[in-house]
Amino acid sequence: MTDSIRTDFISHTFKGQRSPTLLDIDVTIRAGEQVALIGRSGCGKSTLLHMLAGLLLPTEGCVRIHGRQVTRPSEKWNMMFQKPSLYPWMSVADNVGLGLAFAGRKDPQRVAYLLELVGLSEKAAANPQSLSGGQQQRVALARSLATSPEVLLLDEPFSALDAFTRSSLQDEVSRIAREQNLTMVMVTHDIDEAVAMADRVLIMAANPGRIVGEIQVELTSPRQRATPEFSRQREALMTSFEQLVGGETTAAEEEEPEQAGKRKAA
Amino acid sequence: MDSVVNTAPASGKGGIEWAPLTRFLMARLAYPLAGIGVLLALWWLGGWVIANTPGTESFAGFAPGPTFARLGELLSSGEVWIAVVPSLERIGLGLLWAVLIGVPAGVAIGLFAALREVSHVPFQFLRMISPLAWMPVAVLAFDTWDAAIVFLVAVAAVWPVLFSSAQGVRRIDPLWFKVARNLGADGLQMLRRIIFPAIAQDIFAGIRLAVGVAWIVLVPAEYLGVTSGLGYAINDARDTLEYDTLAAVVVVIGVIGFVLDGVCVTLIRRFSWHEEA
Ligand SMILES: Nc1ncnc2c1ncn2[C@@H]1O[C@H](COP(=O)(O)OP(=O)(O)O)[C@@H](O)[C@H]1O
Ligand SMILES: [Mg+2]
Repeated sequence: MTDSIRTDFISHTFKGQRSPTLLDIDVTIRAGEQVALIGRSGCGKSTLLHMLAGLLLPTEGCVRIHGRQVTRPSEKWNMMFQKPSLYPWMSVADNVGLGLAFAGRKDPQRVAYLLELVGLSEKAAANPQSLSGGQQQRVALARSLATSPEVLLLDEPFSALDAFTRSSLQDEVSRIAREQNLTMVMVTHDIDEAVAMADRVLIMAANPGRIVGEIQVELTSPRQRATPEFSRQREALMTSFEQLVGGETTAAEEEEPEQAGKRKAA
Repeated sequence: MDSVVNTAPASGKGGIEWAPLTRFLMARLAYPLAGIGVLLALWWLGGWVIANTPGTESFAGFAPGPTFARLGELLSSGEVWIAVVPSLERIGLGLLWAVLIGVPAGVAIGLFAALREVSHVPFQFLRMISPLAWMPVAVLAFDTWDAAIVFLVAVAAVWPVLFSSAQGVRRIDPLWFKVARNLGADGLQMLRRIIFPAIAQDIFAGIRLAVGVAWIVLVPAEYLGVTSGLGYAINDARDTLEYDTLAAVVVVIGVIGFVLDGVCVTLIRRFSWHEEA
C-alpha cells in the first residue's frame, strides 16, 4: 500500500499566541486506511484536520497527500463537519451536486447514485430543512463523496446526533469508506466511535497539541459492538488513553463534569 | 382528507359551500375594510368641516365625493397615465441605480471588515443628509431635470439597499463559506451560488425600505423643473385651483405606493429560504 497522507513535522502557532497549538506532528497514513484521532477538547484535533483539508496552513512543516503538497482545498480531499451545513435555498439533490457544479461537470446520475447510497433517494427534491439531523448528515456525506475524493476528513460529524442515529451512521460511513477504498481521518472524543470505525487510533495530548501514542484496532469489519472483542479493544484504548493523557485536566472537563462518568475522553 | 370530502355532499348537495368561504373572507378582510372605513370617514368629516367653515369653502374639492368623481374621469380618459408613467420611470431608474451601487457595495462591506471600518463614518454621515438637500447639487451636476430627479431618488434609495445587503452578508453562517471553499468554490461561484441566494431576502427587504423613501422623495423632486409626473400634477392642480384633481392625484400616489410595497413583500417571501413557522 502507498502512503496517502504525510505530515512533515507540522507545528502551528495561532497569530497573537505565544505557545504553539500543535507541535511536531509527524504522521503517515496509508491509502485506504481509516484513522481516528482522539484527544480532549481543545487539544488541536480540528486544527490539524483543517490543515489536512488545506483550509488552514501550518506555520511550520507541510501536509502532503499522494506526494502533492496541500496548499488549498481540493475536490480530492473533503471534510465533513459537526453541523451538516446544507444550503436551505437548494434542494437536497442540488446540495449533493454542488461540488460537481463548482467543478463544472454536473452529473445528475451520480447525484442519484449517491442519494441511493445514503438511502435518501425519495428526498431528492425536498428542502434540507425538512430533514432530521441524521438525514441532513447523510446528505452532507453524499455531498462530500460527490467529487470522488480520495480522502475523507470527518470532524466529529456524529456528535450532535442521538445515540441510535449515531451508531447507524458510524456503521454506514465505515462501510461506504471501505467499499470505495477511501482514506479516512476522523476526529472524535468518543472512544466507542474510534473503536467502531478505525483501523488505527492516534492519541493526542494538549499544550502543545501532539501525538503521544497510537493503537491498532484488531477487529474485522463490519464491527459488532456487543462482542467481547469489541469491549476488549475499548478497554485497551481507554487504558492507553488514561496512561498517556489521563492526568491532565482540561477546560472541557470543568465545563462538562457529567461527561467524566461516561466512557468518553472529553 | 378523503373522509372530509366524502361527508361534504351530505350537507351542501350539488352546490358550493358558501358559508366557509364567506367566513374566510370576513376573517381576512374585516379588519382591513374597517381601517379603510375609518380613513374615509375622517376624510369625509374633514371635507364637511372645510365646506362649512366660512373662508375655506373654496377648498371643498378636497372632500371624498368630488375627489372620487374626478379620479373616475382621470382614469376613464387615461389622463392619469400621463402623470403616472413618467413618475414610475424615474423611480424605476433611481431604484435600479440604487441596487446596482448598493448591493455590490453592501456585499463588499459585509465581507471585508477593513472596508466596513473605513466606510462607517462617511456612510453614516452621508446617509443623514436629506436627499432633498442634494437638490442644488443635482441641478448643477445633471443636464436634464429628469436625470437630476433620478439622482435624488437613487441617493435616497441606495442606503437601505446597501446596509441591508451588508447586514445579510454578516449574518451568513461562516461554516457555509468553509463548506463551499472545501467543495472547490472560486470567488465568483461563492458569490453566485452562496452569497447572493443567502442574502436575496435581505436585498429585497432593503429594496422595500428604499421604495418607501424613494416614493416619498419623488413627489417633491417633481415640483422642480419637469412638466410631467405625479409631483408636477399636484403642483399644477394647486396653481389652477383644481383641488379635486389634487386630491385625486394624492389618492393615486397612495395606491401606487401601496402596490409597490406589496410587490416587494411578495418578492421577500419568494426569496426567503427560512422555514415557514
Ligand atoms: N482561529 C484561532 N485562533 C486562535 N486560537 C485558536 C483558533 N482556533 C483554535 N484555536 C485554539 O487552538 C486550540 C485547539 O483548538 P481545536 O483544534 O479546535 O481543538 P479540538 O478540535 O481538539 O477541540 C484551542 O485552544 C483553541 O482555543
Ligand atoms: Mg474540534
